[in-house]
Amino acid sequence: MTVKTHSKLEKIMAAGHLAITGECGPPRGTDIAEVEHKVNLVKDYVDAINVTDNQTAVTRMSSLAACIKIKLMGFEPVLQMVCRDRNRIALQSDILGAAAFGINNVLCLSGDHQSFGDCATGQNVYDLDSMQLVQTVRHMRDEGKFLGGADIKRPPQMFVGAAANPFADPFEIRVPRLAKKVAAGAEFIQTQCIYNLERFEEWMRLARERGLTEKVKIMAGVTPMKSVGMAKYMKNRVPGMDVPDDVVARMAGVPKEKQPEEGLKICVETIQRLKEVKGVAGFHIMAIEWEEVVGGIVKDAGLYPRPVVD
Amino acid sequence: MRLDYPTNVKIVRVPCTGKVDILHLLHSFEKGADGVYVVGCMEGECHYNGGNFRAKKRVAQAAKILDAVGVGGQRVRMYNLSSSEGPKFAEYAREMTDLIRELGPSPLKRDKKQQAA
Amino acid sequence: MIVAEQKPLEEIAESVKDRDKILIVGCNECVTVCEAGGKKEVGVLASALRMYFRNQGKDVQIDERTLERQCDREYLEEIRDIADTYDVILSLACGVGVQFMAEMYHSMPVMPGVNTCFLGATEERGVWTERCQACGSCVLASTGGVCPVSRCAKRVLNGPCGGSGKGKCEINKEVDCAWQLIVDRLKALDRMADYETLAPLKDWSTDRAGGPRKVVREDVKA
Repeated sequence: MTVKTHSKLEKIMAAGHLAITGECGPPRGTDIAEVEHKVNLVKDYVDAINVTDNQTAVTRMSSLAACIKIKLMGFEPVLQMVCRDRNRIALQSDILGAAAFGINNVLCLSGDHQSFGDCATGQNVYDLDSMQLVQTVRHMRDEGKFLGGADIKRPPQMFVGAAANPFADPFEIRVPRLAKKVAAGAEFIQTQCIYNLERFEEWMRLARERGLTEKVKIMAGVTPMKSVGMAKYMKNRVPGMDVPDDVVARMAGVPKEKQPEEGLKICVETIQRLKEVKGVAGFHIMAIEWEEVVGGIVKDAGLYPRPVVD
Repeated sequence: MRLDYPTNVKIVRVPCTGKVDILHLLHSFEKGADGVYVVGCMEGECHYNGGNFRAKKRVAQAAKILDAVGVGGQRVRMYNLSSSEGPKFAEYAREMTDLIRELGPSPLKRDKKQQAA
Repeated sequence: MIVAEQKPLEEIAESVKDRDKILIVGCNECVTVCEAGGKKEVGVLASALRMYFRNQGKDVQIDERTLERQCDREYLEEIRDIADTYDVILSLACGVGVQFMAEMYHSMPVMPGVNTCFLGATEERGVWTERCQACGSCVLASTGGVCPVSRCAKRVLNGPCGGSGKGKCEINKEVDCAWQLIVDRLKALDRMADYETLAPLKDWSTDRAGGPRKVVREDVKA
């Protein structure tokens, strides 16, 4: 598979390795050292680090700022961009800003509705939706033009990704939706975190049938659970999340001090099982506020050390 | 039946409590009533099917408005009985009168008196 | 129709306090249908305000009038002869009517009595829901007659987003996911193939974003 950008993530997957990405939530303040600290915890175990963009509509330091820091530290960031807060002018502008610092990966998302966050009375933008944003970034890269038609001086060379949620409803259009994202130009996909392995494998099967796994790199999302409380919260309170009862039961079945360990075990088992699924190109490990366990997960899943590409 | 009930009760007859408009209730208070009560058929036995349910909703709406304007929603209420229950009618009349006596005159009149004074 | 909801009594009273003569003007169209500003609501509000002020020791003259519409000058003209006998006009029309009233009666204070909420329809008596946001370039032909601009909280044009669950929107379990409705309709119309057509970037200049809008029909203008 030919490589189109300087993205390390793209190169690793093009070379046939399973890629691993981690995640970093920027601080609710101005201390960039917090970003530095999180990155240092995961840097040896992942190929690239996603930086969330005001996730759950809670105001944080901008993803772009944190990505620049990560780039300056010598690592590979993935800029997450939501459509909730910025119009097409600002979106294109931030893409240029990211490319100016050599940020090579962008993940295009709709963004959680602002009613979930700390500014529920604010306006939202949604000038473009996530698919149109994918199209836009590809247009800027491949056509070298702004949406308005003018030429871009030194167009951005971004590896473009989108999210997919095999667990949202309606299930029957989840694969057609993936097909749409691929048609819009998505080159890699990161999924919502997986606990219902059967449902995910079914989704992968349908994706393979449509030939989508030949066209896009699908990275399976995983999140280790810290406690049965977290399992229940994710099951009941997080939109688009599918946590089967037996997973909750498994967490509940061990004493409180042992639950983190059990959660990590489930996560590693998930990775090991999904490694065997055809079409899975890698894993997106979202160990939110628990970055220190990423190393252990990667090692136990047999994915350490990380491959080196030029 | 020639039963006694308090003389301060003024009766306005309607063919069905469904005919009672919320404005009838509100205007009564504007015109000096201290309390208004609506007496309708037992629920489920309205002679016109559901008129008493409409009245119930309007009485509730009037009560909310009367609370909001400071007159007091307890001054308006609904009673249900069947047309043959004479003693109940007298009992409700006494009950409502006692209730209003306890609450005192409508605050709308009180202020007018104060203004006059 | 335009759906509105009456403002809380305290807020209305506050806006007309210190006035001795109030004219409450209702409207016979949309606000009558959504039971916020029609003749009945005018009557109830007038009675409530009279009692409210009298309870504070004030006797305020509050008169009632309901016009056919407040968005056409010929109807607003009907109160020309009585308007300046009042200190304030309290209009229960939608925001359009209130503004037109203010334009027609330039030196008369005009207060709004309702909050204008959205363009919608009657689901059942007492329940009105939004259906249209007047974006100015209707896409209903391609979405099976369900509007993603007004019924999707994120106005996603290539939906649904990842937060759709059991046919409901992530913001509220009682809000239908517009894209579930669209998919259901496309299935019923045997047009699921349309689902995969990528909707292009929307031209929002015909929406609020482009500034106050105007429609002209040259062929009917004087």
